[in-house]
Amino acid sequence: MSGWLLRRGLQAVVVLAIALTILFFLMRAAPGDPLARASESRPLSTAELAALRARYGLDQPAAAQFVAFLGGLLHGDLGVSIEYGRPVTGLLAERLPATLLLGGSVLLLNFTVGLWLGVRQALRRGRAEDRWLTAISLVGYATPSFWLGLVLAWLVGIKLRLLPAAGMQDPLLSFDASFTVRVVDVLRHLVLPVMTLSIVSIAATMRYQRTAMLEILSLPFMVTARAKGLPEREVIWRHGWRNALFPVITLFGLWLPILVTGSVFVEAVFAWPGLGSLAAAAVWGRDYPVLMGASMLVAALVVAGGFITDVAYALLDPRVRLA
Amino acid sequence: MLREAWTKPQGRAGALLLLVLLASAMIGPWFLPDPLAQPDILAGSLPPGLGHPFGTDQLNRDILARVVAGARVSLSVAVLAVGLSATIGTAVGLVSGYWGGVVDVGLMRLVEGALAVPRLFLLLLVLAVWERIPLPALILMIGATGWFATSRLVRGEVLRLREEAYVRASEALGARRRHVILRHLLPNTLGPLLVAATLGIGDVILLEAGLSFLGLGVQPPTPSWGSMVLDSKEVLVSAPWAGIFPGLAIVITVLSANLFGDALRDAVDPRSA
Amino acid sequence: MTHVLEVRNLRISFPSGPGRVYPVDGVSFWLDRGETLALVGESGCGKSLTSLALLQLVPAPGRIEEGSVVRLADTDVLALRGEALRRIRGRRIGMIFQDPMTSLNPVFTVGDQIIEGILAHFRIPRAEARDRALGLLQEVGIPDPVERLKAYPHQLSGGMRQRVMIAIALAAEPEILVADEPTTALDVTVQAQILEVLDRLRTSRGMAVLLITHDLGIVAGRADRVAVMYAGQIIEEAPTEQLFANPSHPYTQGLFASVPRISGPLRRLTPIRGTVPAPSAWPTGCRFRPRCPKAFDKSEQEPPLLSVGVDHRMRCWLAESPGGRASG
Repeated sequence: MSGWLLRRGLQAVVVLAIALTILFFLMRAAPGDPLARASESRPLSTAELAALRARYGLDQPAAAQFVAFLGGLLHGDLGVSIEYGRPVTGLLAERLPATLLLGGSVLLLNFTVGLWLGVRQALRRGRAEDRWLTAISLVGYATPSFWLGLVLAWLVGIKLRLLPAAGMQDPLLSFDASFTVRVVDVLRHLVLPVMTLSIVSIAATMRYQRTAMLEILSLPFMVTARAKGLPEREVIWRHGWRNALFPVITLFGLWLPILVTGSVFVEAVFAWPGLGSLAAAAVWGRDYPVLMGASMLVAALVVAGGFITDVAYALLDPRVRLA
Repeated sequence: MLREAWTKPQGRAGALLLLVLLASAMIGPWFLPDPLAQPDILAGSLPPGLGHPFGTDQLNRDILARVVAGARVSLSVAVLAVGLSATIGTAVGLVSGYWGGVVDVGLMRLVEGALAVPRLFLLLLVLAVWERIPLPALILMIGATGWFATSRLVRGEVLRLREEAYVRASEALGARRRHVILRHLLPNTLGPLLVAATLGIGDVILLEAGLSFLGLGVQPPTPSWGSMVLDSKEVLVSAPWAGIFPGLAIVITVLSANLFGDALRDAVDPRSA
Repeated sequence: MTHVLEVRNLRISFPSGPGRVYPVDGVSFWLDRGETLALVGESGCGKSLTSLALLQLVPAPGRIEEGSVVRLADTDVLALRGEALRRIRGRRIGMIFQDPMTSLNPVFTVGDQIIEGILAHFRIPRAEARDRALGLLQEVGIPDPVERLKAYPHQLSGGMRQRVMIAIALAAEPEILVADEPTTALDVTVQAQILEVLDRLRTSRGMAVLLITHDLGIVAGRADRVAVMYAGQIIEEAPTEQLFANPSHPYTQGLFASVPRISGPLRRLTPIRGTVPAPSAWPTGCRFRPRCPKAFDKSEQEPPLLSVGVDHRMRCWLAESPGGRASG
């Protein structure tokens, strides 16, 4: 088992390395001048431009840049943001918690509500409830997250004035507000972004779980379980669902990239101060170091997610564990 | 196979919707005011009414017209990009699956690495350097970032089909590699490929809309649903209809593509119903 | 004497297009304590569905039709619901399924699956259930039962898995055992072992066994009585020796003629011409008529079961002809 773990871990590292290399050369290969925007605020002299270029290492040949890039990586140095003038690592670290909060909440909802609804659908296959839920999930899946966010922001935040529609905290909150007040404030701001991303993601989770559960329900060992005289509840939840977990775990591994992508739009719409909005702003500001840093972090998260998924699979499935 | 997809009610609904959308996208502009007409800045936006079924945006351009025009753009981007992805993916998958060896390992490692980065971020990186990306280049970029999963799919099919008796027979008879690929392998992968492509259209529409919303996709003055939603942000309070209709258009289009794609998938693989 | 199990006029329907078809169409038989009844037929004749009906396990959208009767001594099984039905399953009728690889849950240990079968019907401490499970494993002839208890299905060979299935079926000490093609998925050498186990358990526990199979070979010497099914009906029933000595229905004769024999002169194998009809296309009149070499004008009417000997009946008008059997 530990041998397998090691091999799998090594594989993950290799994949990440390839991803980072692709990212690097992708950026270099794109036409256009990274410093084109730098001279927007005020015209820069050729000397200043040259100095900027040197500072960001843009005057070196591609290979040399790559080596410098790798070297920087190993030291945990991702460069300096063009927009903010601060190290990228610092920026990422600052914004990560907010995205984790958002993503974590959405993941939680997916794995509770989403799974439960999917199982319900499978159990009531073909009946009215199943049809309705299928319709809802199809529509949800087709909905762009940024538009849904705007609609919800307008409806709940502006028209009905029920919840805040921007930011993570109330800027007017007084300095000595208690911890609980602060927490509640953040939670209130969390609702709309989480709702938006959840609706879109649960739509897909539900469908996936429904299909997985339906497949399980028709497997022979389910008949055996019933023939043994087990109560139906046990047949479904102990025998059935335990096996339906596997595709769900796979789902988790696949979901990470989707969640990350969705968060870019949702954070942008709700001005949620996380990685997503950082990336969106970096795009507008042509801030390549930040974009690169964010992309690399995301790639690392995705690879880690895949690794965790495989490990979970191995832990839960005796066929893999004891092969 | 197409016929089978037609028999299911969802598939029919999806296909019909798509056809309606296509038709209105192509014929619509004849009947509607020019979406690119000189905006009348002073007139401001109007709510939905008789003259403008969807209302007008803040530059007093008719939204219905722009939505229809946007349909043309979004649909063509989607179809062309998906076509490109499918072509590259199939080619890579065929080569990788059939040749095997170092080529296969190398290509698949590359694909794995590329798949680790969410497609949006790949595009963000590339598009950020471009000031105002011309439409063909946008299509190219979207297509170039979408072939990874397809190549894995095709490769899997090739590996499976290679063991089939008729392929082995062909090889034993000394058929050239190219012949085996084109004549035996390719036609049999078309089924799953078509399903993946159809479902991919929905994904690309969402992706392109998102990019346009971020200002990176289709550039003004070409209308695009995503950028229409972006524009509507300014007038969210005063003219909510400006953003609602383009969004609805996206939902309906993606929904119909998915419905049809699902029906196709059920036709290809009945077990997944 | 009341039979331990009695099935009368069992009909199971499935939707097909606008209407319904009846893959099991009026099947009747009974079981007595300590005996084995073999239900024989080709695939598609309805024998598996029949066995599933005994525990109301017929998969949706199929359903058991009105007028069907399944009686366990005094209990009408088909009228049971919920908890009452659950108490029958496993406790009074145990079932073994065809493919032990897919009929066992891959993520639970063998021990767990037996123990939960015990605990579903007996309120005993888990430790005691575990002991019983060990005993069961020994009874079905699994070596090193303590270790095996902790094993997962995929770690066992096909023969062992089937023994585990038998152990599970016996966990709640039922009086009837239904074995649906218990040896079909196994190697020939293992088949004999499994049948041995079943026999031994039947005598030691005094159970009644319903053995479902398409293999005439395992019927001889193992079953006391045989019922042959075709197209949803029983077309011949007799004590085993009688059937083998004197197969009367043309279908049964065809079955025997198509089986190669080791001893005796070399002869051509004569398969039954034609193919088994689908439930949606049951022929009118005698269902075997299109394939029967002895069909005649009366075959256009559906025959009832007619006697051709002691305890020996067949569904064929030829029973009425002189000699009382389809000669030749």
